[in-house]
Amino acid sequence: MNVKNFMELRIPSKSQNEAFARVATAAFASQLDPTIEELADIKTAVSEAVTNSIIHGYEDCEGIIIIKCRMDEHGVEIEVRDEGKGIEDVEQARQPLYTSKPELERSGMGFTVMETFMDEVEVHSEKGKGTVVIMRKKFASLAKGQGVSGNEG
Amino acid sequence: MDLTAKVTGNILICRVKGELDHHTAEEFRDFVDRGLENNPVKHLILDLTHLSFMDSSGIGVLIGRFKKVNLRGGKVAVVNENNQVSRVLEVSGIYDIIKSYSSISKAVNDL
Repeated sequence: MNVKNFMELRIPSKSQNEAFARVATAAFASQLDPTIEELADIKTAVSEAVTNSIIHGYEDCEGIIIIKCRMDEHGVEIEVRDEGKGIEDVEQARQPLYTSKPELERSGMGFTVMETFMDEVEVHSEKGKGTVVIMRKKFASLAKGQGVSGNEG
Repeated sequence: MDLTAKVTGNILICRVKGELDHHTAEEFRDFVDRGLENNPVKHLILDLTHLSFMDSSGIGVLIGRFKKVNLRGGKVAVVNENNQVSRVLEVSGIYDIIKSYSSISKAVNDL
């Protein structure tokens, strides 16, 4: 990845930070002139990843969530990291409708939403150490041959 | 999050303004449930015209309300959701159980 710009956010795992995290990440990504829909996709995916860290990673205790965003000539790579309890079975957690907390009315659709709204989603987790979600999205405006707006006069 | 409700016949109509995520889900759930408990209604219409954002936390809450309303033989409808909300609902398959309408009057007529 030929990183052109990056940012890093550190936030405590409070639910009121979910909106801040998704809006801040989208604001950073907006430098690349994405469509409104692409920005909405990023907001939604970040919201899912941060919510997972709060509900599942740290459960009832508070910890730090680190959100990194890097951009290159194609789009963005967003990393959401926690040092919470980790996911025992990542494959199971990624299954649509799977939730370890049905009593909280969780839909079990978090990873499915991330996968639908982003181009690539990687999940790395170790029990007792934490979880890292890495998501990538290419923006149509940066696609080869189309140029950045205004280039073709 | 700004929530208002009114009753039309046997239908509870809730208007939601703001963003529905894990942080606001409980407030939304409690508000709708109070409306369902305190009024002799059968159906539920959620006016999402001013809901600017929703993630999968919203799906869980909607499915929970659907189960409650379904138990009393009623239906749930959503009205005028934006493109982002619609895509989250689409991914979840929720449109199989909750119909979407372009206006409250159309939803009222169809329930």
